[in-house]
Amino acid sequence: MSVNYKELTINGLWKNNPGLVQLLGLCPLMGTSNSTVNALGLGIATLLVLACSNAAVSLIRHAVTPAIRLPVFVMIIAALTTCIELLMQAYTYQLYMILGVFIPLITTNCIILGRAEAFAAKNNVVSATYDGFIMGLGFALVLLVIGMVRELLGTGMLFANMQLLLGPLAADWQWVVFENYQGFLLAILPPGAFLVMGLLIALKNHIDDWVLARQPAVAPISTAADRRVRVTGVVE
Amino acid sequence: MTVESMPASIRKNAIVLGLFAAITVAIVALIQQGTANRIDTAREQAQLQALAEILPAGSYNNNLLDNSLQLDDPMLGNRNPEPAYLALLDGQPSAIILQATAPDGYSGSIRLLIGILTDGSLAGVRVLEHKETPGLGDKIETTKSGWIYSFNGKSLSNTTNEHWAVKKDRGEFDQFAGATITPRVVVKAVHKALQYFDANQEQLFAAAYAQNLPENQP
Repeated sequence: MSVNYKELTINGLWKNNPGLVQLLGLCPLMGTSNSTVNALGLGIATLLVLACSNAAVSLIRHAVTPAIRLPVFVMIIAALTTCIELLMQAYTYQLYMILGVFIPLITTNCIILGRAEAFAAKNNVVSATYDGFIMGLGFALVLLVIGMVRELLGTGMLFANMQLLLGPLAADWQWVVFENYQGFLLAILPPGAFLVMGLLIALKNHIDDWVLARQPAVAPISTAADRRVRVTGVVE
Repeated sequence: MTVESMPASIRKNAIVLGLFAAITVAIVALIQQGTANRIDTAREQAQLQALAEILPAGSYNNNLLDNSLQLDDPMLGNRNPEPAYLALLDGQPSAIILQATAPDGYSGSIRLLIGILTDGSLAGVRVLEHKETPGLGDKIETTKSGWIYSFNGKSLSNTTNEHWAVKKDRGEFDQFAGATITPRVVVKAVHKALQYFDANQEQLFAAAYAQNLPENQP
């Protein structure tokens, strides 16, 4: 099977974005997007697990029979997540304490098993790793945007406490956007995650409509929608 | 059914699955071995940093984590025995950091670190863990407001028992708009910890001295 890297990139970042279109892994997306540093921390951790698990699954795809592939995939994903968890504990201890249960929960993030099943199990190592990386990037970017919007609306600041992830150099990155901001609690609390997420999906669909309206001549490229259960975009 | 009579596919699957379990466990064990030391150091660093924030710089020169004892007293409100850290300056006790719990927070327990100097005044108080309402009760955190600093320098002698309360209860401490319960229970827990310290000061520092003995006077 030949792999079109451009299409993989467009799929992961936009057309089939795990956060905005596939709506996979919503629990950590909602739970850790209350500040930029939390969102970035979990985004990077998820990206790493996703790229590594796709690589590992692709490597062993001929060795496992269909009957036991799911338990094997889950074992690989769980082991990788545990490794990331240990590494975060060792190098970014405070961030690990803040993200808490969401790190081990990466194991249960449906994007990861989803990509292992739908892509990595059928493709070679290089393209599977790339798919994992780009899907992870798509997820991390959505997480980051929601985190930044919520932090800005909620506290009037951006990039607070970045030193938890990036070391003491980032300690003075905190940027007070609005002086004397009273804070908008709703944005920090769980409802804020749903509202920002909804607005982001609406924005994406709006941009898609706008692009479509401007290019009526281009025939839509059909995508494989067989394994997608919940979608917000149009399934062609 | 014996192993031999199993269909070959089951046997093969079982072996492959077992092999993968062994490999993944081995990888995790390897990473754990490699990071164990760093994780311990990171945890200790984080603890030390939290403790060092409470005590004035230069008021001690021992490693606080080396001089600790487990305390279990109902006055501290902890569910389990928690460590207390003894600060020593040149081998002489200078302060103690107690862990206390306010069990009656607005939503669950509030765990506190309370630093008390030898003269019975508070060096500082910090919140270790809480589940208070974000935006209302969470002003007890230093990142949200400076309220917790209002304990600095307070003692049983400069603040009478009636004044260990929030202003609404005719005390000395501010409450927060929209959240009275949180500061009220924190004040109560700190007050009780001070009373505990007052009653047990000698035993606590005697323990510090006994612990420190082998190092200073071999």
